[in-house]
Amino acid sequence: MTNAGTTVTADLPTPAVRLPRRRGIELTLIVVAVLLSVYGYCAVGLAKNDTVPPGAAGYGAGLGVLALLAHIAVRLRAPYADPLLLPIGVLLNGLGLVLIYRLDLETPGDRAAPTQLVWSTLGVGLFIVVVLALRDHRVLQRYAYVCVAAALVLLTLPVLFPAVNGARIWIRIAGFSIQPGEFAKVLLAVFFAAYLAANRSALAYAGRRVWRLQLPTGRVLGPIVAIWLISVGVLVLERDLGTSLLFFGLFVTLLYVATGRTGWIAVGLLLAALGAVAVGRLEPHVHSRVLDWLHPFASIDAGEGPNQLAQSLFAFAAGGMLGTGLGRGHSILIGFAAKSDFILATAGEELGLSGLSAIFILYGLLVERGYRAGLALRDPFGRLLAVGLASIVALQVFVIAGGVTGLIPLTGMAMPFLAQGGSSVVTNWAIVALLIRLSDSARRQPDYAIEVAA
Amino acid sequence: MTRHIRLAAAFCTLLLLALLVNATRVQVFESRSYDDNIANRRHTIARYGQPRGAILVGGKPVTGSRDSGEQLRYERTYRDGPLYAPVTGFASQEYGTTLLEHTEDGILSGTDSMLSPFPLWNDLTRAQNPGGNVVTTLNSAAQQAAFDGLGTRTGAVAAIEPSTGRVLALVSTPSYDPGSLSGNGRTANRSWDRLNADPSKPMLNRAVRQTYPPGSTFKVVTAAAALDAGVVTDLDAATKSPDPYPLPGTSTTLTNEGDGCVDAPLRSAFEWSCNTVFAKLGVDVGVRDMSGTAEAFGFNDTGVRIPFSVSPSTFDTTLDKAQLALSSIGQYNTRATPLQMAMVAAAVANGGQVRQPYLVERTTRRGGETVSTAGSSRPVRQAMHPATAVQMKELMEDVVTEGTGTNAAIPGATVGGKTGTAQHGIGNSGTPYAWFVSWAQGERDLEPKVAVAVVVEDASADRSDISGGGDAAPIAKAVMEAVLGL
Repeated sequence: MTNAGTTVTADLPTPAVRLPRRRGIELTLIVVAVLLSVYGYCAVGLAKNDTVPPGAAGYGAGLGVLALLAHIAVRLRAPYADPLLLPIGVLLNGLGLVLIYRLDLETPGDRAAPTQLVWSTLGVGLFIVVVLALRDHRVLQRYAYVCVAAALVLLTLPVLFPAVNGARIWIRIAGFSIQPGEFAKVLLAVFFAAYLAANRSALAYAGRRVWRLQLPTGRVLGPIVAIWLISVGVLVLERDLGTSLLFFGLFVTLLYVATGRTGWIAVGLLLAALGAVAVGRLEPHVHSRVLDWLHPFASIDAGEGPNQLAQSLFAFAAGGMLGTGLGRGHSILIGFAAKSDFILATAGEELGLSGLSAIFILYGLLVERGYRAGLALRDPFGRLLAVGLASIVALQVFVIAGGVTGLIPLTGMAMPFLAQGGSSVVTNWAIVALLIRLSDSARRQPDYAIEVAA
Repeated sequence: MTRHIRLAAAFCTLLLLALLVNATRVQVFESRSYDDNIANRRHTIARYGQPRGAILVGGKPVTGSRDSGEQLRYERTYRDGPLYAPVTGFASQEYGTTLLEHTEDGILSGTDSMLSPFPLWNDLTRAQNPGGNVVTTLNSAAQQAAFDGLGTRTGAVAAIEPSTGRVLALVSTPSYDPGSLSGNGRTANRSWDRLNADPSKPMLNRAVRQTYPPGSTFKVVTAAAALDAGVVTDLDAATKSPDPYPLPGTSTTLTNEGDGCVDAPLRSAFEWSCNTVFAKLGVDVGVRDMSGTAEAFGFNDTGVRIPFSVSPSTFDTTLDKAQLALSSIGQYNTRATPLQMAMVAAAVANGGQVRQPYLVERTTRRGGETVSTAGSSRPVRQAMHPATAVQMKELMEDVVTEGTGTNAAIPGATVGGKTGTAQHGIGNSGTPYAWFVSWAQGERDLEPKVAVAVVVEDASADRSDISGGGDAAPIAKAVMEAVLGL
């Protein structure tokens, strides 16, 4: 972890040191990621039809070209960027395509992998655009209010469209389904980071003191709480509880990091508990999810067969330590959400605990690299943005993975990069692009090495 | 700010750890209980993911497997389904398994740990063995002869090899095609509903799961008990038997179909099936010895398995004299499966020894290596004294040569038999059941090769005892000929 730091410190006899760019490492890791994905793709074909799937070469070439273009963009405009971020994105995206392709074989009438490949291409395209066009992340600070306005519009748009599977979070245009809430979370992260960075001191030190908690003045706190309340309120109306939980966590985390007040965590947790209890009691949709979580086998005992969560647990259990092998599991039993919300169950069954742990650790690395960029950056906006983006990934992984493994109640959300869902893939590529930009700025600073080594 | 970013990062690490710990819980520590949940379809999918092993008759498989291309991939098929249904049972994805398909399921589906050359290795790799084969003791010619003999009539045939207990034929009619229940689709559902609603009960295995009053065929047991107990010492000495015979302690009298039963000696009484003589013999022998002999033959044994369970045949042990008289001629509470009556004939043919019947010769792996054999450790019971058995053979031979069972005579073979007609229904109003039990020994054989019992439910019943000889005896004859190769 501190490898980069120590090496640099050792090589620091003169101030005019050339910082290592480590683009070669990035390229090597990308090649490994692409090869792993192609290997998985072939393994699925061999397990299901005893032949290497006909599209294997095309799949490998497609993924390889996308990754290579992204790598070239990084080389051109973000040469100091963290070399782990892009390979992790490529590997997770490649693995997601393999899993979706694998599930497609069980549902011949409903192929999702080709669409997902189109969205992945769009995502990598957006990644390249962001890396090339955004020279300095601080530019985003100027567009904070544009971002929040766009976010609110995106969040409210789906209200105008019919509900899908109980949640009103989709808009359909020309045959494509888009989940605008996905894009909104990046925009909100930008806004939160910019607003909190601008008003840190006012938030931390002005205002009344209640018991041991220093309250900020209403003028400073008011707008951001209002924005947050509106977002969460809209999401509750749309029954997108996963995303509302995510926004809440993002907000509390950034408030804590910006002000340094532990009290905010306490208030946040208290509010979260109150909200959770209230929603869990009053909202039938959520109430049933909580009951499912407490008694995953209640529907079996009632003679109605296993529900999605029970099927998901069966899939994870069937995987055991080493998994059944790609293509050899039966996670399709989960039903309609197998490719989206429950994609992790397929990974758990076919790759086992070992494969699942590897995936969790990949996400962990992605988050850690985001935090590392946040620590290294000098400007508060950059720091908060890096922490915010990394937290989005962390919270999202925790909420969905915890949900499908029975750790917490289930809330519908997409596993970053893995799950079927165009908006999600595009958004996550945007997140990785911003993290690349932030880490480039962080490592470009002359005192980066000292900071990290300290 | 740095410190708080670090703390937030620590919190994210905590979340990651929670996920890893929980995944370990689900995938390692609790995986067994999830795997064993009845609603988990994975066992079923794995079970039907490979072809099922075969059940073999005379070296040829009578079952097969068909790739349906569905989630439950392989479905059971049957060659001559109705012919072998009383042996194979069915193996349905929807309705489970019965008979051999049920008792040998571990071998056939490949889950039996004995199939694995290295059992521990298989536990570790979770690999599944290919389904093994079950080799039956059936004689396909005898099975076919019995099935053809019964034809459209309702009834059953059981044939066994007296010296070993190997089941040579097991037929029940009307039958059904177990293949119609194999799948899980609409056609399987319809077949299931239709077969269950059918008043002729095609899925009932009459050879082993249905008990009938054995009627006069039970006189074999009564005669053996009388000879063993010393109540009769000379087959040709006159007995003190009135005709009609008043049932002791009642005003009811018992009569015969024919004449000449007054004081008839055992030989002619057996030949012409005198009810009066045998009813009195049973009373003279007494409940203790009668039930003792009946139980030695296998009556009242609730644990008979061949390997699927056989309904127990019954001989009441708490009887008054009138009931004992009726029981001794195979009426009242006396009930027997066709297989049990075949065991009675086999005991006579085998010097009084009763061999436990069995249907599975051996089980093998896919490749043919033997997994287990029937073995010779099966218990043997002496149902009667060997000298009694010799006399009983004589009596039964006389029935075929000059008595009620001449229809079963086979040129070139020694055949012994006993006819029977069982009254049933309220006031004996039902069509009587026609019975025939017999054994046969070819000219060049050292010992009897086959014992057989036939019951026909809807026999033409002009003269009661003759119907056993007329309807059932020809079927028994055909089965015996098939076994002897004549």
